[in-house]
Amino acid sequence: MDQTGRSLISLEGLDREDILWLLNHAARFEADPNRKILDGKIVATLFFEPSTRTRLSFETAVNRLGGRVIGFSDAATTSSSKGETLKDTIMMVSNYADLIIMRHYLEGAARYASEVSPVPIINAGDGANQHPSQTMLDLYSMLKTQGRLDNLNIYLVGDLKYGRTVHSMLTAMRFFSPTFHFISPDELKMPEEYKEYCRKNGIKFQEHSTFDEETIADADILYMTRVQRERFTDLMEYERVKDMFILRNDMLRNTRPNLKILHPLPRVNEIAQDVDANPKAYYFQQAKNGLYVREALICNALNLLN
Amino acid sequence: MEKTRKSELLVAALQNGTVIDHIPSDKVFDVVNLLGLTSIDTPITIGANLSSHKMGSKGIIKIADRYFTEKECSKLSVIAPNIVMSIIRDYEVVEKKRISMPNEICGIVKCGNPKCITNHEPMQTVFDVVDKDNGTLRCRYCNKDIHKGEIKLL
Repeated sequence: MDQTGRSLISLEGLDREDILWLLNHAARFEADPNRKILDGKIVATLFFEPSTRTRLSFETAVNRLGGRVIGFSDAATTSSSKGETLKDTIMMVSNYADLIIMRHYLEGAARYASEVSPVPIINAGDGANQHPSQTMLDLYSMLKTQGRLDNLNIYLVGDLKYGRTVHSMLTAMRFFSPTFHFISPDELKMPEEYKEYCRKNGIKFQEHSTFDEETIADADILYMTRVQRERFTDLMEYERVKDMFILRNDMLRNTRPNLKILHPLPRVNEIAQDVDANPKAYYFQQAKNGLYVREALICNALNLLN
Repeated sequence: MEKTRKSELLVAALQNGTVIDHIPSDKVFDVVNLLGLTSIDTPITIGANLSSHKMGSKGIIKIADRYFTEKECSKLSVIAPNIVMSIIRDYEVVEKKRISMPNEICGIVKCGNPKCITNHEPMQTVFDVVDKDNGTLRCRYCNKDIHKGEIKLL
Protein backbone atom coordinates (compact mmCIF):
# COMPACT_ATOMS: atom_id res chain seq x y z
CA MET A 1 0.00 0.00 0.00
CA ASP A 2 1.59 3.24 -1.12
CA GLN A 3 -0.04 6.21 0.54
CA THR A 4 1.92 9.33 1.30
CA GLY A 5 2.83 9.31 4.98
CA ARG A 6 0.02 6.82 5.57
CA SER A 7 -2.57 9.58 5.45
CA LEU A 8 -6.00 8.50 4.23
CA ILE A 9 -7.51 11.29 2.14
CA SER A 10 -9.55 9.34 -0.41
CA LEU A 11 -9.83 5.76 -1.60
CA GLU A 12 -8.54 6.72 -5.04
CA GLY A 13 -5.07 5.30 -4.42
CA LEU A 14 -6.23 1.93 -3.06
CA ASP A 15 -6.44 -1.17 -5.24
CA ARG A 16 -8.48 -4.34 -4.77
CA GLU A 17 -5.87 -5.99 -2.57
CA ASP A 18 -5.50 -2.90 -0.35
CA ILE A 19 -9.25 -2.71 0.20
CA LEU A 20 -9.59 -6.41 1.02
CA TRP A 21 -6.55 -6.25 3.29
CA LEU A 22 -8.04 -3.36 5.29
CA LEU A 23 -11.45 -5.06 5.47
CA ASN A 24 -9.78 -8.24 6.69
CA HIS A 25 -8.18 -6.24 9.49
CA ALA A 26 -11.55 -4.68 10.30
CA ALA A 27 -12.92 -8.21 10.73
CA ARG A 28 -10.10 -8.98 13.16
CA PHE A 29 -10.99 -5.90 15.17
CA GLU A 30 -14.60 -6.99 15.20
CA ALA A 31 -13.52 -10.31 16.72
CA ASP A 32 -11.42 -8.52 19.33
CA PRO A 33 -12.19 -4.78 19.44
CA ASN A 34 -10.50 -3.93 22.74
CA ARG A 35 -6.80 -4.41 22.07
CA LYS A 36 -4.46 -1.90 23.70
CA ILE A 37 -2.37 -1.22 20.63
CA LEU A 38 -2.70 2.55 20.86
CA ASP A 39 -1.30 2.65 24.38
CA GLY A 40 0.67 5.88 24.74
CA LYS A 41 -0.68 7.37 21.51
CA ILE A 42 -2.61 10.62 21.29
CA VAL A 43 -5.09 11.12 18.48
CA ALA A 44 -6.56 14.54 17.66
CA THR A 45 -10.10 14.76 16.29
CA LEU A 46 -10.54 18.16 14.66
CA PHE A 47 -14.14 18.68 13.62
CA PHE A 48 -14.39 22.07 11.94
CA GLU A 49 -17.91 21.03 11.01
CA PRO A 50 -20.08 19.19 13.53
CA SER A 51 -20.71 15.49 12.95
CA THR A 52 -21.76 13.55 16.00
CA ARG A 53 -21.90 10.14 14.41
CA THR A 54 -18.54 10.09 12.68
CA ARG A 55 -16.74 11.77 15.57
CA LEU A 56 -18.15 9.40 18.20
CA SER A 57 -17.25 6.43 16.05
CA PHE A 58 -13.63 7.54 15.58
CA GLU A 59 -13.24 8.53 19.23
CA THR A 60 -14.70 5.23 20.42
CA ALA A 61 -12.26 3.42 18.15
CA VAL A 62 -9.30 5.26 19.72
CA ASN A 63 -10.60 4.71 23.25
CA ARG A 64 -11.22 1.00 22.71
CA LEU A 65 -7.66 0.61 21.46
CA GLY A 66 -6.24 2.31 24.56
CA GLY A 67 -5.28 5.65 22.97
CA ARG A 68 -6.18 9.11 24.17
CA VAL A 69 -8.20 11.72 22.32
CA ILE A 70 -7.79 15.48 22.16
CA GLY A 71 -9.63 17.85 19.85
CA PHE A 72 -12.74 19.87 19.27
CA SER A 73 -16.17 19.23 17.85
CA ASP A 74 -17.07 22.76 16.88
CA ALA A 75 -14.75 25.19 15.15
CA ALA A 76 -16.52 28.14 16.79
CA THR A 77 -14.60 27.43 20.01
CA THR A 78 -11.17 27.41 18.30
CA SER A 79 -8.71 29.91 16.86
CA SER A 80 -9.99 29.29 13.35
CA SER A 81 -12.92 31.49 14.37
CA LYS A 82 -10.31 34.20 15.03
CA GLY A 83 -9.02 33.83 11.49
CA GLU A 84 -6.23 31.31 12.02
CA THR A 85 -5.36 29.45 8.84
CA LEU A 86 -5.93 25.72 8.58
CA LYS A 87 -2.21 25.26 8.11
CA ASP A 88 -1.41 26.95 11.42
CA THR A 89 -4.03 24.90 13.27
CA ILE A 90 -2.64 21.67 11.80
CA MET A 91 0.97 22.63 12.57
CA MET A 92 0.05 23.43 16.15
CA VAL A 93 -1.96 20.25 16.74
CA SER A 94 0.68 18.06 15.11
CA ASN A 95 3.03 19.13 17.91
CA TYR A 96 0.79 17.28 20.33
CA ALA A 97 -0.81 14.36 18.49
CA ASP A 98 0.44 11.25 16.69
CA LEU A 99 -2.47 11.28 14.25
CA ILE A 100 -5.05 13.86 13.17
CA ILE A 101 -8.59 12.87 12.20
CA MET A 102 -10.37 15.83 10.66
CA ARG A 103 -13.65 16.90 9.18
CA HIS A 104 -13.86 20.21 7.37
CA TYR A 105 -16.60 22.04 5.47
CA LEU A 106 -14.16 23.02 2.70
CA GLU A 107 -13.38 20.59 -0.13
CA GLY A 108 -9.73 19.56 -0.35
CA ALA A 109 -9.01 20.63 3.25
CA ALA A 110 -7.81 17.16 4.26
CA ARG A 111 -5.47 16.83 1.28
CA TYR A 112 -3.94 20.21 2.03
CA ALA A 113 -3.60 19.31 5.72
CA SER A 114 -1.79 16.09 4.75
CA GLU A 115 0.67 18.14 2.69
CA VAL A 116 1.61 20.44 5.54
CA SER A 117 1.31 18.04 8.48
CA PRO A 118 4.27 16.04 9.80
CA VAL A 119 1.81 13.47 11.25
CA PRO A 120 -0.69 11.41 9.22
CA ILE A 121 -4.19 12.74 8.50
CA ILE A 122 -7.40 10.75 8.21
CA ASN A 123 -10.11 12.51 6.26
CA ALA A 124 -13.41 12.23 8.12
CA GLY A 125 -15.21 14.21 5.41
CA ASP A 126 -14.29 17.34 3.46
CA GLY A 127 -17.41 19.13 2.29
CA ALA A 128 -19.10 17.30 -0.57
CA ASN A 129 -15.79 15.78 -1.65
CA GLN A 130 -14.57 12.62 0.12
CA HIS A 131 -15.48 10.53 3.15
CA PRO A 132 -13.35 7.41 2.79
CA SER A 133 -14.12 5.78 6.15
CA GLN A 134 -17.85 5.84 5.31
CA THR A 135 -17.21 4.05 2.03
CA MET A 136 -14.99 1.50 3.75
CA LEU A 137 -17.68 0.71 6.29
CA ASP A 138 -20.24 0.40 3.50
CA LEU A 139 -17.95 -2.10 1.77
CA TYR A 140 -17.33 -3.93 5.01
CA SER A 141 -21.09 -4.22 5.61
CA MET A 142 -21.60 -5.63 2.12
CA LEU A 143 -18.76 -8.11 2.50
CA LYS A 144 -19.95 -9.22 5.91
CA THR A 145 -23.60 -9.71 4.93
CA GLN A 146 -23.06 -11.17 1.46
CA GLY A 147 -19.87 -13.11 2.08
CA ARG A 148 -18.29 -11.49 -0.98
CA LEU A 149 -17.86 -8.17 -2.75
CA ASP A 150 -17.74 -9.59 -6.27
CA ASN A 151 -20.72 -9.57 -8.65
CA LEU A 152 -23.25 -7.90 -6.37
CA ASN A 153 -26.46 -6.22 -7.53
CA ILE A 154 -26.33 -2.88 -5.78
CA TYR A 155 -29.33 -0.54 -5.90
CA LEU A 156 -28.62 3.09 -5.05
CA VAL A 157 -31.75 5.04 -4.18
CA GLY A 158 -32.48 8.72 -3.57
CA ASP A 159 -30.10 11.63 -4.08
CA LEU A 160 -27.58 10.33 -6.57
CA LYS A 161 -26.59 13.78 -7.77
CA TYR A 162 -25.09 15.27 -4.62
CA GLY A 163 -24.68 12.13 -2.50
CA ARG A 164 -21.00 11.84 -1.77
CA THR A 165 -21.32 8.30 -0.42
CA VAL A 166 -22.83 6.90 -3.60
CA HIS A 167 -20.11 8.47 -5.76
CA SER A 168 -17.32 7.06 -3.61
CA MET A 169 -18.96 3.67 -3.72
CA LEU A 170 -18.83 3.60 -7.52
CA THR A 171 -15.09 4.20 -7.53
CA ALA A 172 -14.30 1.80 -4.68
CA MET A 173 -16.42 -0.99 -6.22
CA ARG A 174 -14.77 -0.80 -9.65
CA PHE A 175 -12.55 -3.77 -8.74
CA PHE A 176 -15.47 -6.07 -7.90
CA SER A 177 -17.62 -6.25 -11.08
CA PRO A 178 -20.84 -4.94 -9.54
CA THR A 179 -24.11 -4.23 -11.35
CA PHE A 180 -25.50 -0.91 -10.18
CA HIS A 181 -29.07 0.26 -10.41
CA PHE A 182 -29.61 3.98 -10.02
CA ILE A 183 -33.05 4.92 -8.70
CA SER A 184 -33.73 8.63 -8.27
CA PRO A 185 -35.99 11.54 -9.15
CA ASP A 186 -35.00 13.23 -12.42
CA GLU A 187 -33.54 16.26 -10.69
CA LEU A 188 -31.22 14.11 -8.61
CA LYS A 189 -30.04 11.65 -11.23
CA MET A 190 -26.52 10.23 -11.24
CA PRO A 191 -24.39 12.90 -12.94
CA GLU A 192 -23.13 12.15 -16.44
CA GLU A 193 -19.47 12.23 -15.34
CA TYR A 194 -20.04 9.28 -13.00
CA LYS A 195 -21.94 7.33 -15.64
CA GLU A 196 -19.02 7.99 -17.97
CA TYR A 197 -16.72 6.72 -15.23
CA CYS A 198 -18.77 3.51 -15.06
CA ARG A 199 -18.60 3.02 -18.83
CA LYS A 200 -14.84 3.59 -18.88
CA ASN A 201 -14.29 1.12 -16.05
CA GLY A 202 -16.67 -1.53 -17.37
CA ILE A 203 -19.14 -1.12 -14.49
CA LYS A 204 -22.64 -2.20 -15.51
CA PHE A 205 -25.53 0.07 -14.57
CA GLN A 206 -29.21 0.70 -15.24
CA GLU A 207 -31.27 3.77 -14.41
CA HIS A 208 -34.80 3.77 -13.04
CA SER A 209 -37.13 6.62 -12.19
CA THR A 210 -39.65 4.55 -10.27
CA PHE A 211 -39.03 2.90 -6.94
CA ASP A 212 -41.31 -0.08 -6.33
CA GLU A 213 -41.38 -3.73 -5.37
CA GLU A 214 -40.75 -4.89 -8.90
CA THR A 215 -37.69 -2.69 -9.50
CA ILE A 216 -35.83 -3.96 -6.45
CA ALA A 217 -36.67 -7.67 -6.78
CA ASP A 218 -33.11 -8.69 -7.73
CA ALA A 219 -31.23 -6.53 -5.27
CA ASP A 220 -28.50 -7.88 -3.00
CA ILE A 221 -27.92 -4.45 -1.51
CA LEU A 222 -30.40 -1.60 -1.29
CA TYR A 223 -28.49 1.57 -0.45
CA MET A 224 -30.89 4.31 0.60
CA THR A 225 -30.02 8.01 0.79
CA ARG A 226 -31.97 11.06 1.79
CA VAL A 227 -33.80 13.22 -0.76
CA GLN A 228 -33.25 16.68 0.69
CA ARG A 229 -35.57 19.59 0.07
CA GLU A 230 -32.72 22.09 -0.26
CA ARG A 231 -31.30 20.18 -3.25
CA PHE A 232 -34.26 21.08 -5.45
CA THR A 233 -34.38 24.20 -7.57
CA ASP A 234 -38.03 23.49 -8.28
CA LEU A 235 -39.94 23.02 -5.03
CA MET A 236 -43.06 21.85 -6.88
CA GLU A 237 -40.93 19.01 -8.17
CA TYR A 238 -39.80 18.24 -4.63
CA GLU A 239 -43.36 18.07 -3.38
CA ARG A 240 -44.21 15.75 -6.25
CA VAL A 241 -41.38 13.27 -5.71
CA LYS A 242 -40.65 13.44 -2.00
CA ASP A 243 -42.85 10.46 -1.13
CA MET A 244 -41.93 8.41 -4.17
CA PHE A 245 -38.52 7.35 -2.86
CA ILE A 246 -39.55 6.03 0.52
CA LEU A 247 -38.90 2.40 1.38
CA ARG A 248 -41.83 0.69 3.08
CA ASN A 249 -41.85 -2.75 4.63
CA ASP A 250 -44.47 -4.13 2.23
CA MET A 251 -42.10 -3.43 -0.70
CA LEU A 252 -39.72 -6.05 0.68
CA ARG A 253 -42.06 -9.07 0.37
CA ASN A 254 -40.61 -10.48 -2.83
CA THR A 255 -37.03 -9.38 -2.43
CA ARG A 256 -34.10 -11.79 -2.26
CA PRO A 257 -33.53 -13.51 1.09
CA ASN A 258 -29.95 -12.23 1.21
CA LEU A 259 -31.01 -8.60 0.64
CA LYS A 260 -29.67 -6.05 3.12
CA ILE A 261 -30.74 -2.43 3.39
CA LEU A 262 -27.99 0.09 4.03
CA HIS A 263 -28.16 3.80 4.77
CA PRO A 264 -25.30 6.16 5.72
CA LEU A 265 -27.58 7.79 8.33
CA PRO A 266 -29.03 10.10 9.56
CA ARG A 267 -32.34 8.88 8.21
CA VAL A 268 -35.30 11.19 8.10
CA ASN A 269 -38.30 9.58 6.44
CA GLU A 270 -36.86 7.74 3.43
CA ILE A 271 -37.03 4.44 5.29
CA ALA A 272 -40.38 3.95 7.02
CA GLN A 273 -40.17 3.00 10.69
CA ASP A 274 -41.85 -0.36 10.01
CA VAL A 275 -38.77 -1.49 8.06
CA ASP A 276 -36.60 -1.36 11.19
CA ALA A 277 -37.98 -4.65 12.53
CA ASN A 278 -37.38 -6.47 9.23
CA PRO A 279 -34.25 -8.67 9.40
CA LYS A 280 -33.22 -7.19 6.05
CA ALA A 281 -32.73 -3.78 7.68
CA TYR A 282 -29.04 -3.44 8.38
CA TYR A 283 -28.35 0.30 8.83
CA PHE A 284 -27.78 0.27 12.57
CA GLN A 285 -25.36 -2.68 12.39
CA GLN A 286 -23.76 -0.87 9.45
CA ALA A 287 -23.02 2.11 11.71
CA LYS A 288 -21.60 -0.28 14.30
CA ASN A 289 -19.30 -1.78 11.66
CA GLY A 290 -17.89 1.71 11.29
CA LEU A 291 -16.16 1.24 14.62
CA TYR A 292 -14.17 -1.81 13.48
CA VAL A 293 -13.33 -0.29 10.12
CA ARG A 294 -12.11 2.88 11.81
CA GLU A 295 -10.00 0.86 14.25
CA ALA A 296 -8.29 -0.66 11.20
CA LEU A 297 -7.89 2.69 9.43
CA ILE A 298 -6.41 4.37 12.51
CA CYS A 299 -3.91 1.55 13.09
CA ASN A 300 -3.00 1.55 9.41
CA ALA A 301 -2.34 5.30 9.47
CA LEU A 302 -0.01 4.75 12.42
CA ASN A 303 1.66 1.81 10.69
CA LEU A 304 0.53 -0.61 13.37
CA LEU A 305 -1.07 -3.30 11.19
CA ASN A 306 0.88 -6.25 9.94
CA MET B 1 -2.29 39.66 -48.10
CA GLU B 2 -1.78 43.39 -48.30
CA LYS B 3 -3.51 43.77 -44.96
CA THR B 4 -1.30 41.22 -43.22
CA ARG B 5 1.87 42.84 -44.45
CA LYS B 6 0.68 46.18 -43.20
CA SER B 7 -0.03 44.88 -39.72
CA GLU B 8 3.37 43.22 -39.56
CA LEU B 9 4.93 46.51 -40.41
CA LEU B 10 3.20 48.08 -37.45
CA VAL B 11 5.59 46.30 -35.11
CA ALA B 12 9.35 46.50 -35.42
CA ALA B 13 11.38 43.57 -36.74
CA LEU B 14 13.49 41.74 -34.16
CA GLN B 15 17.16 40.99 -34.43
CA ASN B 16 17.18 38.48 -31.56
CA GLY B 17 14.37 37.43 -29.24
CA THR B 18 10.93 35.86 -29.15
CA VAL B 19 7.77 36.60 -31.10
CA ILE B 20 4.52 35.40 -29.57
CA ASP B 21 1.88 35.29 -32.25
CA HIS B 22 -1.77 34.29 -32.64
CA ILE B 23 -2.76 35.54 -29.21
CA PRO B 24 -6.50 36.16 -28.94
CA SER B 25 -6.85 39.95 -28.71
CA ASP B 26 -8.50 39.90 -25.30
CA LYS B 27 -5.72 37.73 -23.86
CA VAL B 28 -2.73 39.89 -24.76
CA PHE B 29 -2.33 41.34 -21.29
CA ASP B 30 -2.85 37.93 -19.67
CA VAL B 31 0.21 36.80 -21.64
CA VAL B 32 2.11 39.89 -20.44
CA ASN B 33 1.27 39.02 -16.84
CA LEU B 34 1.91 35.28 -17.08
CA LEU B 35 5.36 35.75 -18.57
CA GLY B 36 6.19 38.56 -16.15
CA LEU B 37 6.96 40.92 -19.02
CA THR B 38 6.40 43.99 -16.86
CA SER B 39 9.68 43.29 -15.08
CA ILE B 40 11.79 42.74 -18.21
CA ASP B 41 14.06 45.63 -19.23
CA THR B 42 14.69 44.71 -22.90
CA PRO B 43 12.53 46.32 -25.62
CA ILE B 44 9.03 44.87 -25.92
CA THR B 45 6.49 45.62 -28.61
CA ILE B 46 2.89 44.77 -27.93
CA GLY B 47 0.27 44.74 -30.65
CA ALA B 48 -3.43 44.12 -30.13
CA ASN B 49 -6.51 44.05 -32.36
CA LEU B 50 -4.46 43.31 -35.47
CA SER B 51 -6.34 41.72 -38.32
CA SER B 52 -5.74 38.05 -38.88
CA HIS B 53 -6.89 35.65 -41.60
CA LYS B 54 -7.34 32.76 -39.16
CA MET B 55 -8.58 34.54 -36.09
CA GLY B 56 -10.22 37.74 -37.34
CA SER B 57 -8.39 39.72 -34.70
CA LYS B 58 -5.22 38.80 -32.88
CA GLY B 59 -2.46 40.07 -30.67
CA ILE B 60 1.27 39.79 -31.08
CA ILE B 61 4.14 40.43 -28.66
CA LYS B 62 7.79 40.80 -29.61
CA ILE B 63 10.40 40.64 -26.91
CA ALA B 64 13.98 41.49 -27.78
CA ASP B 65 16.90 39.45 -26.43
CA ARG B 66 14.79 37.17 -24.30
CA TYR B 67 13.94 33.47 -24.67
CA PHE B 68 11.51 31.45 -22.62
CA THR B 69 11.78 28.03 -21.05
CA GLU B 70 9.41 25.19 -21.85
CA LYS B 71 7.85 25.65 -18.41
CA GLU B 72 7.21 29.35 -18.94
CA CYS B 73 5.69 28.68 -22.35
CA SER B 74 3.40 25.95 -21.09
CA LYS B 75 1.75 28.42 -18.71
CA LEU B 76 0.26 30.15 -21.74
CA SER B 77 -1.62 27.02 -22.77
CA VAL B 78 -4.32 27.67 -20.18
CA ILE B 79 -5.33 30.96 -21.79
CA ALA B 80 -4.74 30.32 -25.46
CA PRO B 81 -3.84 26.89 -26.78
CA ASN B 82 -3.05 28.06 -30.33
CA ILE B 83 -0.32 30.55 -29.52
CA VAL B 84 2.83 30.21 -31.63
CA MET B 85 6.23 31.20 -30.27
CA SER B 86 8.97 32.02 -32.76
CA ILE B 87 12.60 32.14 -31.74
CA ILE B 88 14.46 34.81 -33.68
CA ARG B 89 18.22 34.90 -34.13
CA ASP B 90 19.81 37.46 -36.43
CA TYR B 91 16.44 38.41 -37.98
CA GLU B 92 15.70 34.76 -38.89
CA VAL B 93 13.07 32.50 -37.40
CA VAL B 94 15.16 29.58 -36.17
CA GLU B 95 12.36 27.72 -34.37
CA LYS B 96 8.57 27.84 -34.20
CA LYS B 97 6.98 26.32 -31.13
CA ARG B 98 3.34 25.48 -30.59
CA ILE B 99 2.35 25.68 -26.97
CA SER B 100 1.36 22.36 -25.44
CA MET B 101 -0.50 21.76 -22.22
CA PRO B 102 1.68 20.47 -19.38
CA ASN B 103 0.51 17.58 -17.18
CA GLU B 104 0.00 19.84 -14.21
CA ILE B 105 -0.58 23.55 -13.75
CA CYS B 106 0.56 25.17 -10.51
CA GLY B 107 -0.24 28.59 -9.13
CA ILE B 108 -1.81 30.13 -12.25
CA VAL B 109 -5.45 29.10 -12.41
CA LYS B 110 -8.14 29.84 -9.84
CA CYS B 111 -10.41 26.97 -8.81
CA GLY B 112 -14.01 27.71 -9.77
CA ASN B 113 -15.43 25.91 -6.72
CA PRO B 114 -16.16 28.51 -4.01
CA LYS B 115 -15.99 25.74 -1.39
CA CYS B 116 -12.51 24.63 -2.45
CA ILE B 117 -9.81 25.00 0.20
CA THR B 118 -7.57 26.83 -2.32
CA ASN B 119 -9.99 29.76 -2.30
CA HIS B 120 -9.72 30.12 1.48
CA GLU B 121 -6.11 29.41 2.44
CA PRO B 122 -2.94 31.27 1.44
CA MET B 123 -1.78 28.37 -0.73
CA GLN B 124 -0.90 27.51 -4.31
CA THR B 125 -3.51 25.94 -6.59
CA VAL B 126 -2.58 22.72 -8.42
CA PHE B 127 -4.51 21.30 -11.36
CA ASP B 128 -3.99 18.04 -13.19
CA VAL B 129 -4.65 18.30 -16.91
CA VAL B 130 -7.10 15.43 -17.42
CA ASP B 131 -7.93 16.11 -21.07
CA LYS B 132 -5.28 17.94 -23.10
CA ASP B 133 -7.35 18.03 -26.29
CA ASN B 134 -10.36 19.64 -24.68
CA GLY B 135 -8.40 21.62 -22.10
CA THR B 136 -10.03 20.10 -19.02
CA LEU B 137 -8.31 20.69 -15.69
CA ARG B 138 -9.04 18.93 -12.40
CA CYS B 139 -8.35 20.60 -9.08
CA ARG B 140 -6.04 18.36 -7.08
CA TYR B 141 -7.73 19.46 -3.86
CA CYS B 142 -11.50 19.46 -4.43
CA ASN B 143 -11.48 17.22 -7.55
CA LYS B 144 -13.79 19.55 -9.47
CA ASP B 145 -13.19 19.91 -13.21
CA ILE B 146 -12.74 23.19 -15.03
CA HIS B 147 -13.38 23.22 -18.76
CA LYS B 148 -11.82 25.39 -21.40
CA GLY B 149 -13.64 28.69 -21.46
CA GLU B 150 -14.31 28.63 -17.73
CA ILE B 151 -10.65 28.99 -16.81
CA LYS B 152 -9.94 32.06 -14.67
CA LEU B 153 -6.45 33.20 -13.80
CA LEU B 154 -5.39 34.05 -10.27
